[in-house]
Amino acid sequence: MYVIVAGGGKVGHYLTRALIEAGHEVLVVEKDRARSAYLAEQLGEVVTTGDACEVRTMKEIGMERADVVVAATGDDEDNLVICQMAKRKFHVPRTIARVNNPQNEDIFQRLGIDSTVSSTKIIFNLIEQQIETGEVIPLAALQRGNIELVEVDLGPDSPVVGKRIPYIGLPEEALIISIVRDGHAILPNIDVEFKEGDTVIALVTADKAATLRNVFAEGR
Amino acid sequence: MNIVILGCGRIGSTLATSMSRDGHNVSVIDRSSDAFRRLGADFKGNMILGNGIDEEILRDAGIEQADAFVAVTNGDNTNIMSVQIAKEKFHVPKVAARIYDPIRACAYRELGIETICTTVIGARLMKDYLLGKEWGMASDYCSLSDVEAAI
Repeated sequence: MYVIVAGGGKVGHYLTRALIEAGHEVLVVEKDRARSAYLAEQLGEVVTTGDACEVRTMKEIGMERADVVVAATGDDEDNLVICQMAKRKFHVPRTIARVNNPQNEDIFQRLGIDSTVSSTKIIFNLIEQQIETGEVIPLAALQRGNIELVEVDLGPDSPVVGKRIPYIGLPEEALIISIVRDGHAILPNIDVEFKEGDTVIALVTADKAATLRNVFAEGR
Repeated sequence: MNIVILGCGRIGSTLATSMSRDGHNVSVIDRSSDAFRRLGADFKGNMILGNGIDEEILRDAGIEQADAFVAVTNGDNTNIMSVQIAKEKFHVPKVAARIYDPIRACAYRELGIETICTTVIGARLMKDYLLGKEWGMASDYCSLSDVEAAI
C-alpha cells in the first residue's frame, strides 16, 4: 500500500517506521525543515518537506495514488483539511485522522473521514476498563484519529496459538507491530508462530477493535 | 439577526461593530482577550474568550440560535473547520469563511461552503487600479474560476 503520513511528530515518526517494517510504501510530509531532515536520517528517503494542507503539495506527493492518508499533525483543523482534500479532491480510499479533542470526532465522521483516533478517549477507556486475559487493551491512540495501539495477551485457549500471522484471519484494518515474548520484542514476519504467553501489540482502527479481539481471544 | 463571528482581528472587529451598530445581536469569539479591545468601549454584543472549534465555546456564543456564522481568524484551516461545524452540526443557515489560500478557497467553495478569498480580491482590486481600470462588480473580484483552472 502507498500510505501518506501527514505530520512528522512522534506519532508520524513511529507510525511510519511501523508501516515501513510491514512492507508498505510510505511518505511522511513534515513542514519543518529541521524536523524532516532528522526524520530522513532516521527513516530514510521517505520524508518530504512541505505543508500537507496545501493542494500543491498534495499533488507533488502523488496523493491521487495513495491508498491511505493518515493525518497525524498536532492540530485537529489541519487534520480535517488534509483528510477532506484527500478524500474529495484526490479520491483517496481511506483517510485516517488524529483527533485531539474527542468532541471533534463527531464532525470528522459527519464530514466523511473514514477513521478518527482520539487518544484522550482511548486513555480514558484504558482507565475505565477491567483488564482480563484475552482482552484487547488500548494502549494509546493517535491523538486525532481512530487508530488504536492495542495489546493482547495470548492465553492458552487463544485461537492463534500455534499459527502464523498470515493464517489467523487478521482484519485488513489491523497491523501487528510487535510480538513480545519473554521480555523480547519480535518483529512480525510471516514465519513467526504465536505462543501462549505472547503479548501482541497491534495497530487497529477503532471500529475493528472488536474483530481483532475475536481473532486473538478465547471464545466467549 | 443573531450572528456569531469567530476571530476578532481586523475584519472580525470591523464586521462586529458594524453589525452591532445596525442593531443585530452579535457575539464575537477570540482566543485572546486583547483582541476584544478592537471592539471599542461601546460595543453592545457579547465577547466570548475561547477556541472557535470547540463546541462548548460555540454554544456559549449562541450558535444554536444563530442565523449566521462567519469565521475570520488568521488560520484558514480553523475557519474551514469551524464553518463546517456551524453548518453540519448546528445547521446555521448562513455561513462564510475568510480563506487566504486561493486554492483552498476554491476547493471548499466546490464543497458548498461560501468562501471569501481576500487574497484574490485584494490582488485584483490593486491590479485594476494599477492598470487604470474602473473598479467593477464585486462578483468579478470574488470569482475563483481562474484559480480552479490553474490547479
